[in-house]
Amino acid sequence: MAQRALPLSSLPRSGAGLWALLVAGLVIGPVTAVIWRAGGLGALGPADFDALWFTLWQAAVSAGLSVALAVPVARALSRQRFPGRGALIALLGAPFILPVIVAVLGLLAVFGGNGLVNQLTGALGLPRIDIYGYHGVILAHVFFNLPLATRLILQGWLAIPAERFRLAASLGAPVGRLLERPMLRRIAPGAFAVIFVICLTSFAVALTLGGGPRATTVELAIYQAFKFDFDLAKAATLALVQLALGIGSALALLLLSPPDGFGAGLDRLQARWDGRSRPAGLCDALWIGFAALFLLTPLAMIVLAGLPGLMVLPVETWQAALRSVSVALGATALTLVLALPLATRAGELAGLLGVAVSGLVLGTGLFLIVQPLMRPAEAALPVTLLVNALMALPFVLRILRPELDAARADFGRLAATLGITGFALWRIVLLPRLRRPLGFAAGLTAALSMGDLGVIALFADGEHATLPLQLYRLMAAYRMEAAQGAALLLLTLSLGLFWLFDKGGRANA
Amino acid sequence: MLGRTLAAGMIAATATMAAAETPVLTVYAGDYFKSEWGPGPGIEAGFEARCGCDLVYKTGELLPRILLEDERTEADVVIGLTSDVTKKARESGLFAPHGLDTSALTLPVAWQDDTFLPFNYGHTAFVYNKEKVATPPASFDDLLNAPDDLRLVIQDPRSSISGLALVLWVHAVYGDEAEAAWAKLAPKIVTVTKGWSESYGLFTDGEADMVLSYTTSPAYHIIAEEDDTKAAAIFPEGHYFMVELAAKLATTDNPELADQFMAYVLTEDFQSMIPTSNWSLPSALPQEKWPEGFRALPMPEKVLFYNEDEAAALRDEAIEAWRSALSR
Repeated sequence: MAQRALPLSSLPRSGAGLWALLVAGLVIGPVTAVIWRAGGLGALGPADFDALWFTLWQAAVSAGLSVALAVPVARALSRQRFPGRGALIALLGAPFILPVIVAVLGLLAVFGGNGLVNQLTGALGLPRIDIYGYHGVILAHVFFNLPLATRLILQGWLAIPAERFRLAASLGAPVGRLLERPMLRRIAPGAFAVIFVICLTSFAVALTLGGGPRATTVELAIYQAFKFDFDLAKAATLALVQLALGIGSALALLLLSPPDGFGAGLDRLQARWDGRSRPAGLCDALWIGFAALFLLTPLAMIVLAGLPGLMVLPVETWQAALRSVSVALGATALTLVLALPLATRAGELAGLLGVAVSGLVLGTGLFLIVQPLMRPAEAALPVTLLVNALMALPFVLRILRPELDAARADFGRLAATLGITGFALWRIVLLPRLRRPLGFAAGLTAALSMGDLGVIALFADGEHATLPLQLYRLMAAYRMEAAQGAALLLLTLSLGLFWLFDKGGRANA
Repeated sequence: MLGRTLAAGMIAATATMAAAETPVLTVYAGDYFKSEWGPGPGIEAGFEARCGCDLVYKTGELLPRILLEDERTEADVVIGLTSDVTKKARESGLFAPHGLDTSALTLPVAWQDDTFLPFNYGHTAFVYNKEKVATPPASFDDLLNAPDDLRLVIQDPRSSISGLALVLWVHAVYGDEAEAAWAKLAPKIVTVTKGWSESYGLFTDGEADMVLSYTTSPAYHIIAEEDDTKAAAIFPEGHYFMVELAAKLATTDNPELADQFMAYVLTEDFQSMIPTSNWSLPSALPQEKWPEGFRALPMPEKVLFYNEDEAAALRDEAIEAWRSALSR
């Protein structure tokens, strides 16, 4: 069981290296363009190093907590069956895809000064809880990323062949040590890496819930350098530091995660005997209850706050919604086409560049490259699709790669014996085994592409506003009620797209 | 969907070619400007009725975009620059003098600038909910000495123009004592947000009692929502002046049209649209012509302002006082 069937390198990779270089170029090219325009790199001051230190440790703590909490939640979801489980799993994906400002308002409705928690503690005569501070930043990052970690780890659980659980149960063998720990060792470092990198580029969340300048991240310093000082050299330098940190840590973690050693199964529906004892059942129920309460209460508050606003939404908002959905579908198609050949270790590293790079610097670099060739507004649509795809790739690859590696290891030799190669290999052997992760990945990409896109601010001409932009416009015009309606619309559409794709892939989950 | 968007783009391109005889004036504006409730549509209709031209807005980033585009910029005019970027804008050499007589300006500060023309203004102020704050602070000192359970939200001076105005305001009132003033304010500051929208959202959600905003903010609630529970606390120490500006690009290929637009900015037609679409004060309109809700607003007696050179020299120091006091 510990031996892999075939060295992975001996299987065809459809020129993955070339694809990886292409994707890396799409990030490194624009950053280089900014450095070139700036005429070099800039110097960093003491405040920048403070920001760097805060960025690093909050990202590490946020990612560590997200993954640690996700393990028991995912285990509970993997071994218990109850009505509404599918809907709960889909809903748990929601926080990750919310625009920052919407999620923050939802969190504050629960944990803020007048939030539910403080109303409760007030009624009980307990001291008020203050959310603002380092703990607020971490709470928000766990709120955003616990669902992603849970889904990544749950997927690992569901990928353990049903026959192994049956065997373990009949032998009375410890499931945890033999099946679950090896799976976690394989999945958890990658999940940590991708969440760590997301938290590195956090900005508005950290600032708002951090309560002030102590919670300054590198991304804020980049924003300041670009917007206020127009100091491209400094912005580029900070972006390079951020990139190096993200890629360095991701590289270390991905190298650490061992390959799969389970061997193939027969795709039977998993039956779990280990979750049937009363203590195990109780423990699982507690974890599921905790996750549902923590993640769904803020969402419920967003829905409640948004309902009155839905009635007063201007026509522009509905048009923007339609536009956002089309962009999301286009970006999803592009991302999947890019992702399949990239689902290798090199590809995943190249893909991580997309989320490790500062959106502002990426957008500026693309603008500098496009501008001599055509009017930037004409490039707005392709650039939007490309940037969306770049942003979603790291998540998609993290979802696809473990499953694809497993499929190659389990069936690669058989396929090679039968002479199945190239397109046929994908069609007959690999894609059918990727149904579940592909559905999840497509859903996530579509939902993420509905979300915030500060990156293309330079390309926009104002004619084709997307829904998140429209939401900000409503707020800027004091229309807070309509803005909350738009937030609800955005939440509904993102979740709807996510659910549709994910459902398609989760036929037997 | 994608195909349809591309097709729509092609149709738009054809339409542009057909209209080639009509001169086009390209105006770069802030993002909020051209939405249906912003000032853009009214200004576009008003100007097109005079110029026999087509006014086209490009909204989004303003100065960073123009600096990146450099001499290739398509902009003829830019509207919505703030006084903190005029120094950088001037030094770029991309902007041309407007050549207008600015004696009609009705600003509370003297304004002599041959390039950047104010089209609206306001002042920083702390806005509060009358139902929650029964006795608002009567002065800045009062605010500093208010009990620590008064909940304030402000904006970050490193990412927001109103946040920057606040640190300059504190500097103008307290000078070398600015850091001590910030230390007194710090326990009352619930949080600092990236921009104005986030802060104001927190305030209307009841997360804070007072928010850093503008003296004109209550006018929106009074006029558009018929809600008079919001008010701005007026301080005798003075309020910081905030202004938005328009300017003509030196590279414009439509200098006559651009000049005509700059002149239009000072007309009563343009100015009277500002209050209830931009929710700020018009730069060249006597008070008796303001809408009723604006005339009734309490206005500061004293207005504080640093010109672009003073502000540039003070900025780092003022931000550092804020940062070190709030980082403790």
